[in-house]
Amino acid sequence: MDLVIARPEGLYCPPGDFYIDPWRPVERAVITHGHGDHARWGSQHYLAAAPGEGILRSRLGAEINLQTLAYGERINHHDVTLSLHPAGHVLGSAQVRLEYRGEVWVASGDYKVEPDATCAPFESVRCHTFITESTFGLPIYRWQPQAQIFAGVDDWWRQNQAAGRASVLFCYAFGKAQRLLQGIDASIGPILVHGAMEPLNQVYRDAGVALPDTLRVSEVPKGDPRLRQGLIMAPPSAGGSTWMRRFGDYSDAFASGWMLLRGARRRRGVDRGFVLSDHADWPGLNWAIAECGAERVFVTHGSVNILVRHLREQGLDAQAFDTEYGDEDDSAEAPTDATQEPA
Amino acid sequence: MRAFAALYARLDATTSSNAKLAALQDYFAEAAPEDAAWAVFFLAGGRPRQLVPSRTLRELAMQAAQLPAWLFEESYSAVGDLAETIALLLPAAEQSSELGLAQWLEERLLPLRGLPPEELAERLPSFWRELDSLALMVCIKLITGAFRVGVSRLLVTRALANLAELDPKRVAQRLVGYTELSHRPSAERYLQLIAPESAGEHAQRGGQPYPFFLAHALQLPPEQFDSALGPVQDWQAEWKWDGIRVQLVKRDGQLWIWSRGEELITERFPDLHGLVDTLADGTVIDGELVVWRHGPADEDVQGALLNAPPVAEASAVQGIQPFALLQQRIGRKTLSRKLLDEVPVAVMAYDLLEWQGEDYRSQPQHHRRTGLQALVAACASPRLLLSPLLIADSWAALAAQREASRALGVEGMMLKAREAQYGVGRTKDVGVWWKWKVEPFSVDAVLLYAQRGHGRRASLYTDFTFAVWDAPPGTPGRSLVPFAKAYSGLTDAEMRQVDAIVRKTTLEKFGPVRSLTPSLVFELGFEGIALSKRHKSGIAVRFPRMLRWRQDKTVEEADTLAMLQAMLP
Repeated sequence: MDLVIARPEGLYCPPGDFYIDPWRPVERAVITHGHGDHARWGSQHYLAAAPGEGILRSRLGAEINLQTLAYGERINHHDVTLSLHPAGHVLGSAQVRLEYRGEVWVASGDYKVEPDATCAPFESVRCHTFITESTFGLPIYRWQPQAQIFAGVDDWWRQNQAAGRASVLFCYAFGKAQRLLQGIDASIGPILVHGAMEPLNQVYRDAGVALPDTLRVSEVPKGDPRLRQGLIMAPPSAGGSTWMRRFGDYSDAFASGWMLLRGARRRRGVDRGFVLSDHADWPGLNWAIAECGAERVFVTHGSVNILVRHLREQGLDAQAFDTEYGDEDDSAEAPTDATQEPA
Repeated sequence: MRAFAALYARLDATTSSNAKLAALQDYFAEAAPEDAAWAVFFLAGGRPRQLVPSRTLRELAMQAAQLPAWLFEESYSAVGDLAETIALLLPAAEQSSELGLAQWLEERLLPLRGLPPEELAERLPSFWRELDSLALMVCIKLITGAFRVGVSRLLVTRALANLAELDPKRVAQRLVGYTELSHRPSAERYLQLIAPESAGEHAQRGGQPYPFFLAHALQLPPEQFDSALGPVQDWQAEWKWDGIRVQLVKRDGQLWIWSRGEELITERFPDLHGLVDTLADGTVIDGELVVWRHGPADEDVQGALLNAPPVAEASAVQGIQPFALLQQRIGRKTLSRKLLDEVPVAVMAYDLLEWQGEDYRSQPQHHRRTGLQALVAACASPRLLLSPLLIADSWAALAAQREASRALGVEGMMLKAREAQYGVGRTKDVGVWWKWKVEPFSVDAVLLYAQRGHGRRASLYTDFTFAVWDAPPGTPGRSLVPFAKAYSGLTDAEMRQVDAIVRKTTLEKFGPVRSLTPSLVFELGFEGIALSKRHKSGIAVRFPRMLRWRQDKTVEEADTLAMLQAMLP
């Protein structure tokens, strides 16, 4: 029998009677990670991986009814054995492994296969059926190693600093920001952050992730030389706002997987695009799907039809799942505001 | 190739003219002359003919990337640029070839033209293996002739002028004709571009035209003209003709006709060749090539125009024909007798750039005009007409005359400072020409089909087909008739919104095209309208673009075909 089916409320496990990342309030919700389109407000009971607790409580409210599991810890619910395994996407992100009468399904949520120091690395879990995302499900998407991207950011920052210009780096406040903070060379100069970012940085620090010291932009007086020497990190929604005026002459950049395409870079209208994504690229998706050994694959949000067709050509039983996560169908447009799914 | 690719990346990464200028200067300062020669060619807009058919290019790229055709096409559709798609799909080399741009072109790329597919399959992939992702993209853009990088010719001119410490106007003059296909760039030609100025250089040779002086759009209400432009008497006003901007060059007993794109188009207009006998050597005229039908009582047109009271009257321009007719002549390789008879052309002269072998461009506008009038009168050819001056004693009166533009088949007016010199390109330092265009035609149309865009609009549904109703509101069973395609005019934010709506309202997909449940209305603007047998709607509009998203209008309130037909000339 199918352990997960698509219902109007979200992905549903019939024998266990619970949902995975539902987009409407339900009785029981298993949450793969804290991004807004996966963790939604209003359900009665939440279950998530322990490292993500701080994030979920800061986003959905401290009082939510939340049970957590360590990665790999098993629980049983209506004869369904459930465990959570690292997805390598953001702090606390998990794949959901479901076992019922010898049948194993894994719902990946969002995942990234390249390890980074801000969250537990992706763990391949053997299964019969795998539910995969497909955000970057086209062969054009192949990431460079993150060390090269961080070095690029460092160089850009140094050059701006030498020219007496502020470096404003736009990125999503949860996940991407911390990964950048962790990866860049903090000895170059002061790091200033937008007010919307610091609470999430604190959650990461509280969870034991080592991040360099950051200052809130609002703590720095106007005209302070640190504004021009510093790296300023802000959510994309701050771009073009009056908040930017304090920096005077600045260079701006945007960090996202979508920045791989020239058209997306030009539309974004920033000086630089850094191709840094928290999702698997095309080789990553294909590797994860091959590695888990599944014969059946359900594809959710992203390039659904393309990945389905490709997997069928590889001899797998692949199908589409219609979900309300992130971008629909074959969109390749970068999300425009900070509340949307990051990439 | 590596240095040129790095230059491309620098130019592409910024929108600041100063940063682009710095990038160009850095490149030219370092580049070998033979490489710089080709760089100037491409940056100034030169396009070699396509070296490899796109189809072959795609097939070889699919093979090299080991992808099925459908996945390649899906990728292309998301990227919106063939060269970029291929560069993203192929395995990238670690290091890029050290070979210079000139060697790449002359020894490798140019010889590809006309080779059989087997030979191309042999050579291309091995070239690709020598290039990193960036250089590969640039290389493919050179092969397809789609190289564009947001650099104006003016900027290239300035970079070279700064480098060689020359007057940019001098460099612009030397650059004229540089991108013509018949001249291959070479180190020698590049060194001539940046050589110190020589004494006899001002004397023009052969068929060389002057750089065209380009106009700026005037977007002010007429009430502000007095304060912005000064008194109307300081300006020379003319109609803005809707044709092809040309220079007629007569020297050494020969006539050359150059288009604004610096393309030599002499051969395409044999009807004008007779001017070789009536124009004196050492004459260069700037004007507009238009289709002009002479009426029966109109044998001495230029005389009539000159003798007529210098006020615009419909009769003065009755011979001008719609641009749609001129399009029948443009690009036609073989010109039948019939076509020449049915679509005769003439040049509407409006400036004199060289007279009796002397460069006239630094003379004031009114002085050049006087010379031009005398010259056209002496020439007495029905193929060379004088663009009449429009006289008014106030800006308001001139604005009133301008109301007749549509009826006369012109695009509005040109305003030229009487005391100004003839400048170079889109400069304003020695004078200015303003184009004061009439408001475009407009109609409220329904978005019916959408396709993903290219370049800046890549991967977004931004290329649209628009329709109007075939019957008035309330008619049972009336339907939408597609009549125009447009993709420009929306802001980035609007583009994203519309893209999202397109995805939600898709009815069917035909390859890259989506048909939509009609829900959006846009005000479409266009410059001209003509009958057309090729279009289902029976009409063709010129330069359509979106003026406004009419979120206040429902689909039922969009305009009808009858309204478009009423706009036909």
